[in-house]
Parts: sequence; C-alpha cells; structure tokens
Amino acid sequence: MSAVPSSTTGVGHDGGNRPAALPALRPRSAVHRVIEWFVEAGLLAAAAFSVFITAGIVYVLVTESVPFFRHVSIVEFLTDRMWTPMFAEPRHGIMPLVAGTLTTTAVALLVAMPVGTLVAIWLSEFAPARLREIVKPAMELLAAVPTVIYGYFAVDFVTPLLQQAIPSLPTFNMLGPGLVMGVMIIPYVSSLSEDAIRAVPMLLREGSYAMGAGRFTTAVRVVYPSAFSGIAAAYVLAISRAVGETMIVAIAAGQQPNLTFNPLDPAATITAFIVQVSLGDLPHGEIGYQSIFAAGVTLFVMTLGFNIIGAYLRRRYRQAY
Amino acid sequence: MLATDRIIFRTRMTDRVFSILGGLVTLGAILFLGVLLFDLARDGLSRIDWQFLTSFPSRRPAQAGILSAWVGSLLIMVVTAVTAIPLGIAAGVYLEEYARKNWLTSIIEINITNLAAVPSIIFGLMALGLFVYRFNFGQSILAGGLTLGCLILPIIIVATREALRTIPRGMREAAYALGATRWQVVRHHLLPYSMSGVATGVIISLSRAIGETAPLITIGALTFIAFLPPGPIATDPQFAIQPFKWVWSPFTVLPIQMFNWVSRPGEDFVQNAAGAGTVLILLTLSMNSVAILLRYRIRRRIKW
Repeated sequence: MSAVPSSTTGVGHDGGNRPAALPALRPRSAVHRVIEWFVEAGLLAAAAFSVFITAGIVYVLVTESVPFFRHVSIVEFLTDRMWTPMFAEPRHGIMPLVAGTLTTTAVALLVAMPVGTLVAIWLSEFAPARLREIVKPAMELLAAVPTVIYGYFAVDFVTPLLQQAIPSLPTFNMLGPGLVMGVMIIPYVSSLSEDAIRAVPMLLREGSYAMGAGRFTTAVRVVYPSAFSGIAAAYVLAISRAVGETMIVAIAAGQQPNLTFNPLDPAATITAFIVQVSLGDLPHGEIGYQSIFAAGVTLFVMTLGFNIIGAYLRRRYRQAY
Repeated sequence: MLATDRIIFRTRMTDRVFSILGGLVTLGAILFLGVLLFDLARDGLSRIDWQFLTSFPSRRPAQAGILSAWVGSLLIMVVTAVTAIPLGIAAGVYLEEYARKNWLTSIIEINITNLAAVPSIIFGLMALGLFVYRFNFGQSILAGGLTLGCLILPIIIVATREALRTIPRGMREAAYALGATRWQVVRHHLLPYSMSGVATGVIISLSRAIGETAPLITIGALTFIAFLPPGPIATDPQFAIQPFKWVWSPFTVLPIQMFNWVSRPGEDFVQNAAGAGTVLILLTLSMNSVAILLRYRIRRRIKW
C-alpha cells in the first residue's frame, strides 16, 4: 500500500521550472499502440458507466410511473389531500407525503443551518490550527453514522426527552427525527461553508482589520457576506440531503400520511412511504407497486431542483475571485 | 483616549465571547455523537456475546442473533467492492489523466456531481426496476451489492481524482521524457503514488455502504432470514463446487436487521436493536478511523 515515494527518490523532482510538457507521444511499437487503445477505451467505458446509472434511474422512474399516471391524473396527484394507495378505495394525493417531507426538512434545517454556519465560521476564523485538525474529523464522523442508528436514537432517546418537556408529544412525531436529522447534516453545511469561507481572499480580512474591526465583526460583516453564495449552496445541498433522508423518519416520524405542517404530529414522508411499501411483498406491476415510483419521481424532481440551484450557487462563488 | 480603550475592550470582548460560543456549539455537536454512542452502547454492549453473533433471528428476543445479518453485510460488501472499486478507479483515472476537454467529458463530470447528490432510496428504486425485474437478478445478494456499488461509485471516482491531482506534474513529465506510454505512466507511477489517497476514499465509501438501509429495503431485502447463503462446496456430491451460487441467495444486512428490531414493540427487541447497532457502529467507526489515520499519514509523509 505504501508505494508513496519519499522525496529522496528524486523522480521528476527537478522539473518544477520547466515549461509544461506535452501529453504522451504516439507509441512507436504497434503492440503498445494496441494496448494503449484498449486501455483508453476501457477507462472511457468505466467513466461513461456513471452516465448509464443516471440513464437507468430516469428510465426506471419514467417507465414505472407512466402506468401510474395513466391511472391517476396529475391534477389528482397534486391536489388530492389524501394518500391511501393501499386502501380498497385508493386516493392518490401526494401532498400529505410532501408536507411530511417539508416539515421534517424544515425542523432539520432550523438546527443545521445556524449550527453548521457557526461551526464553519468558528473553525476557519477562530479555532487554533491544532484544535481544528482534531475537530474536523470528529465533525465528519457525524455524517458517517448509519442513519438507521440515528433513527434508533431519535425514537429511543430524543423523543422521550422531548416528551418530558412536551407531555402531549406522541411517540412518533416529526420534531424528534427532524432535530436528529438536523444534527446529522451539520457536517454537510459546515464543511461546504468552510470551503467557501476559505475561498475569501485574505486581503478582504486584512482590509477589515486595518479599519479597526475585530475578528467577530470581520467574520460577520466581511467574510460571511463575501462567502454567502457558497454558504447558500451548502444550505441548499443540505435541504436536498434532508429531503432524501429515509431511515430516521421511517423509524421515528410514523408511517401514516398526514397532511400537516405541525412538527408535533406524526406523519409519513415520501421516503418513509417507499420504505413502508417495500417492506410488504407487493406484486410487480400493480398500482401499489407503481405508486412508490410515482413517489420516487416526486422526490427525484425535488432533490434535482435543489441540486441544480446548489450547483449554480457554488459555481458563482468559485468565479467570484 | 478613554473612548478608544473602551472600543478596543469591547471589540476584544465580542471576539472572545463569540469564540467561546462557537467552541461550545461545536463541542455540543460532538457531544451529541458521544451521547448517541453512550446510549447505544449502554443497551447494546451487554447484548453482544458469542450466542448473539452466531444465532439466527428468532421470535424469542433472548435467543435471536445477527448471524444472517452480518454474513449478509459481508457478502454484499464483497460484491460492492469487487464492482465499484475497479470501475471507480478506472473512471477517476480516465477523467483526470486521459479526458480531453469536450462535451462528453463535461457530461460525465456533471453527471457524477449530480449522482453524488441523488438520495440513496432513488438508487434503490432504480435497482428494483432494473436489476431485480429487468435483469432478473431477483432479490439477491448480487442485486443488493450492485445497488450499493452504483451508490458509492461517485465517492470513489472523486477520491481517485483528488489523489491523482496531488501528484506533481513533474512526475508525469519525467516518465514521458523517458519514453513511457500514457498507460505505463499511470500503471507504474500515478496509481502506486496515489494508492493511499484512493484507499482512504474506498474505505470511507465502503463504510457508507455498510450502513445503507433504504436502497436495500427498496429492492426487497428480507427482514427475517434464518439460513445462510450456500457455501462454495455443496453437500450434494453431484454439484460439488458452486463458487458463485451465494450471489443469487436472498439476504438481510445488519442495518435492516436493526431496523426490523427497532420497529417491533417490546423492550427486549429494542435491546437486540441496540446490540446490532453497536456492532454496526463499531464497524463504521473503525473503518472511518483507519481512513482518518491514512489521510493524516499521507499529509505527513508526502513531501514531493
């Protein structure tokens, strides 16, 4: 594993100042030309494979949900206030699931946005370098914990704790899992925001210090606004992460579709519904089976929208300097 | 100059207060992780013993174990690793060392960025439609492993590219100057030099895969499995060797087993869930620690 050469091997070590070399020449021997061609073709195929995955996602979502939308009109899908595809008289209004998704996401963001931003500013502008080296990997561990464990923690620890403050809180509710999900996505917000904050040129800070501003004023009035489009990208990507999060809400938020924006209520999210249906053994090709793909399309479109906004914002801060 | 003194004092105080506040909030987030680990281990550690690791799930919580779950997780990881690691590294090498600036390259690059942000459950739906039904893999270890392989592919590609990018240009120029072909440069220099960086990314991606639950539930992984996949040597003498039969076997994995126990009523099953969760988090945390150590070592050792 440790094939990393130390600096004493000296290979290419004196080449730093030479003009940029041309890429590889065409090999002289025919054997090498053939090998090179096949290798390049193979590597290109590997790189192109990722495009097939996306194509596969779009293909499956479209082909499996088209029969669903032949059965249920898009107007009904978007306006009906009930989601009961498994009932004898099914209703197919996606809004209850969307409401559950948006509510848990909102709770999560109320935690992750302020905390993540604060952590990012503190890490890049205030924390001593040595402390930062320890804290950053520890923060990243928050994102490494399997989500099913967060779900367990939400239902076993956080919700009972909340129930002591709010006695009327049911066992399944959107507040507990929302809060836990918020902590889970803190590292997504903080590490992307920190990247954006680091991209702010030192000159801006020095200018601020020269005017007599302290570190706090500089961070809040100069650094944060300058890095804002990057930080906003972090927020948007965190939204997308929260919208697509599954296990925490499937375990702790309840499984009943419920058109409510009150975080104290139980409600199923889009993802929780897909999990719930997948647990049962649904026959391939029936409307219940197709309904999870219709829910999946909704989820995909929502996250895709947020990802596009996020990518746009990120590109903007990269071009700023 | 009393006024200036006061302003300076106030500025310093604000800085000090904010610095402490930020430190406390950061500490709070890390403390949250500590409480979670403590809560899990308090219920879970006492549950873990030889019997728990070597028993199948059962209706009687005290006799239940995670044998089929950890075996399933292990086998899924084998399929995932075998497919995603070579594909991811090859794609990373292509994009970093071969790709020209053209429309195809930019499509692939945009696509990988987007794929990394697609929710994991969507990968599960894709696999359900494609692997399970279209390709007829069924709800097998093969289908599950491929699903997670697709899921972690972007992580490995990005890690490979970052590792290759840290190799100075002079390395490539020197090798080309000696007459090496492009593949020789990659094979004999770039891949070996970037190995620790790639390994870091691979370990992190596998630790992500081992904790993934939703996509595997979506493709129809079972929650109750009381048998092991067929081994490479059959009991039936007619088909003595069947090295790959296990990939077609139904499976469950640790996080699904845990989910199953969490969602059952009864304090005893919650204990089982905590036990499975403790095993799972020990796995992911140790994988992540290895990755962190590896990254730290690379940063210290490489001085080009």
